[in-house]
Amino acid sequence: VCFIPGGLECSISFVSHVLGKVCIHGRQKEILGVLVPRLTDLTKSDCIWQRICWQLVECVPDRWMEAVVLGFVQRAPRADVLSRLLGNLVVKNKKAQFVVTQKMLLLQYGHTIAVLQNLLGYLSLDSLRRTLLLRVLQELLETWSSSSAVKHSPAEQQLYISKAILICLSHLKEPEIESCRQELLTSMMEGVKCHLDSSLPQLRRLGMVVAESISLKINTEGPVLKFEYEEDDETRELKSLLVQTQSFCVVPSLPDDESEKAGAALPLVPESNEKSHTAAPAMPDEESDAELDSDDDLIPYDMSEDKELKIKSPMYIRDCIEVLTGSRPEDVDKWDATVKALESLVRRNPAATREVSVELAKILLHLEEKTCTEGFVELRQRAQVAVLTTDPIPVAKYLTSQFYSLNYSLRQRMDILDVLVLAAQELSCPKFHGKTKHSGVQKPCIQLLPGSDSSKGWRRIVDERIKSKTRRLDMGQSRVELASHPNEFNSVAGYFFFPLIQHFDRPLTTFDLLGEDHLVLGRLVHTLAILMYLSVNTVAVTTMGKALLEFVWALRFHTDSYVRQGLLSCVSSLLLSVPTEWILADMTEELLETQSWLGDVMEKDPDGDCRRLALQNLLLMENLKKKLEAVPS
Amino acid sequence: MALPPPDPQFVLRGTSAAVHTLHFSCGGPEPDIPLLFSGSENGFIHVWNLKTHRVNTALDGHGRKSVCCVETMGGKDRLLSQGRDQRICLWDLAEGRTSVTDSVFTEHVGFCRCSLLKVAQGRWLMAMAARSLEEVQILELPSKTSVCTLKPEVGAKLGMPMCLKLWQLSGGSQPVLLAGYEDGSVVLWNVSMGKVLSQLICHQEPVMSLDFDSEKAKGISGSSEKVLSIWSLNEQQNLQVYKTHELVNAGISDITIRPDKKILATAGWDHRIRIFGWKKLKPLAVLDYHTATTHCVSFSDHSNPRERLLAAGSKDQRISVWSIYAQT
Repeated sequence: VCFIPGGLECSISFVSHVLGKVCIHGRQKEILGVLVPRLTDLTKSDCIWQRICWQLVECVPDRWMEAVVLGFVQRAPRADVLSRLLGNLVVKNKKAQFVVTQKMLLLQYGHTIAVLQNLLGYLSLDSLRRTLLLRVLQELLETWSSSSAVKHSPAEQQLYISKAILICLSHLKEPEIESCRQELLTSMMEGVKCHLDSSLPQLRRLGMVVAESISLKINTEGPVLKFEYEEDDETRELKSLLVQTQSFCVVPSLPDDESEKAGAALPLVPESNEKSHTAAPAMPDEESDAELDSDDDLIPYDMSEDKELKIKSPMYIRDCIEVLTGSRPEDVDKWDATVKALESLVRRNPAATREVSVELAKILLHLEEKTCTEGFVELRQRAQVAVLTTDPIPVAKYLTSQFYSLNYSLRQRMDILDVLVLAAQELSCPKFHGKTKHSGVQKPCIQLLPGSDSSKGWRRIVDERIKSKTRRLDMGQSRVELASHPNEFNSVAGYFFFPLIQHFDRPLTTFDLLGEDHLVLGRLVHTLAILMYLSVNTVAVTTMGKALLEFVWALRFHTDSYVRQGLLSCVSSLLLSVPTEWILADMTEELLETQSWLGDVMEKDPDGDCRRLALQNLLLMENLKKKLEAVPS
Repeated sequence: MALPPPDPQFVLRGTSAAVHTLHFSCGGPEPDIPLLFSGSENGFIHVWNLKTHRVNTALDGHGRKSVCCVETMGGKDRLLSQGRDQRICLWDLAEGRTSVTDSVFTEHVGFCRCSLLKVAQGRWLMAMAARSLEEVQILELPSKTSVCTLKPEVGAKLGMPMCLKLWQLSGGSQPVLLAGYEDGSVVLWNVSMGKVLSQLICHQEPVMSLDFDSEKAKGISGSSEKVLSIWSLNEQQNLQVYKTHELVNAGISDITIRPDKKILATAGWDHRIRIFGWKKLKPLAVLDYHTATTHCVSFSDHSNPRERLLAAGSKDQRISVWSIYAQT
């Protein structure tokens, strides 16, 4: 494209038309791939070319403006280049403004970080455009802090909006922050609340990172908001967006490094002094020692009894109960030793444990940490699992009844669920030489640590199981034959499962599964899925399957995505555990209804994980049908 | 074949509370009865008669709050006691009296024991932890005038002072203070100028107790960890680590060097009293009598070396008195 430079007013609107037409037909890449680099070079220092470029884009008709602007934003290498190319287009043209400030940020969420940086950087580079930047920030924050958006929009969109917010914040200058400090604070408070309410850990973390960043920006001195969460690549990436990678940011960090080193050097200096000094007196000391050795006629006594002080750990279960319920506050050492020794004592004395099992379960459920023992939570949980596996029926009855009782904290209720699952896993695994061994071939381990999201590991297991199922006809006898033992979970599966499923729709004053406590509901649903999975080959599995399917049906439209994921896992375990003949014989109508529901979920559910699980379930159902057809009648 | 450790020569019972501090006063001429002063958690100071092994008097001056330090000021008739009621009391015990003649309000709520140093006839310097968290105040007694306040510099983050020792090299020289702090460091202060002469990080945990031998310019400190740290003072008044000794069990409440500088005793949280040779810190004995953590150890000031005793007070409410290495 050549032009006659110098003084002539030429109309380039036909070029704009051509550009627009090409872009709208989807050829943005080709034409802009050539045009943008050329224009970048030309506009670097030449004002006339800049003005020509601006005219070019301004004259594009409105109906093609979106495609052109989108193409430019995606193609431009940096924000300042975009600024040179587009000028104040967003201020002058309504359609361009809409595309840049609304469509690309709030309605679409597939763009890369580079595109976001370009866009927002472009807005920040001119004073006329900065008002738009502030408006964009406000709208982004509104979306971020709206509870319905947090609940219903996909996680990817929320991540995108969070990134955009952080980039905007990084561009803001002090006076601008001052002017909108109050609004920032309000949005942050509301937004943090919605995010922390969510059951998905990813969303909670997103909320925490963004809130921390906002707090950092608005409180330059004084305490800033600081959450505790695990850092991972995503959070690190997000935090890096807050700092603009420009040269002036690098310099202030250097003096910081130096002052840190200087501070570290001070305590080193006296130590190095000591080292140089101790070398010198070492010599004369040896000589004087040799002289005075004859003076040193103090004969030591026998010190062989001087050993490490050990607190005796209790030897009997009833002693443990006494110590744990005892009110003497001074015996903390004994309490500590008891907590550490309890699990092994329980396992070694099953008969004695059975006499006091419910009492022990009660004590453990209410046990609170008295000393700063390492791993207290895990010790307690293992003791609880030991008690439950030693005397399953009464303790399971107790625990499931307590799950639905008044005056327990959410943490305690979730602990009950964790303990039930761990014990069920232990009971259903085949035991070798009297010890439980988790065989990697048949049943992969399910690690349930308190507070962690068990559904991820669970999904992996389902995936593996599905894979193993679909290829089973080919694998033949390649698996190792394991010694067979009676399945101990068989007789007690019902006691674990049915009480949990019974009262979920009866709210108590402090506990409402269908209302506020949807996090516990999510955990309950996942627990039921795992229990169902572990009940394969038990007698009660068919009744459990039916009850579970009814339960899932009642809750299938729940708004919380964590709950929905759990429900879909329940369906998976059901399909895997209940013998195929029974499913197809007894539950045909329910299955058909479930199939249509799964199809709906697969297409329309906003959460990506739900959609994937629904697809897996449909595949499983297909496999079931095929299997039955494959069996020669 | 090493001998088994000796048993206590006798045990004093009757305090009915954990014993936190001990002080002997046995240096008087013959008709004087050797005494042992003990401070307990119930606020009482018991004056034990070491001949009859019974309590002569019980002094109640701290409102039933624990007594953490007792010292005599030039003889058994004048006593100084520090309690957790934030007061330091001066007692007049001559001729059977048991009255508090004076008291200093320290406003200190920690456990730091004060340190006394006689600078002239009838004049003492006392170092005590003051109201503000990191400060140590030096008072002159009996006038109670403040000599100076030793404040660490801003940002030093030493924490509370845990133990103090005032000393001077010889009769007329400048008094200096050794203070052990919560962050594990020992600081040497010049009292008259109020400035830090040297600072040394001896431990990772708070310094629980320290003692210093001014003749050899060597000191020892114990902490809540398993390490005893021995440090020395060189001619430039700089502290440097000389040696460390690792113990079997963690936690030292008190360390005392015997007046003849031959041995030292430590009171441990593992209920045991350990005796070491001071010259090379050779472990000499482990005295295992008490059934709860020992809080304090003290050597007697008998003029006759053979009568020298070691006393230890413990949380099990008993005071064990030992005669060990008295022949040397």
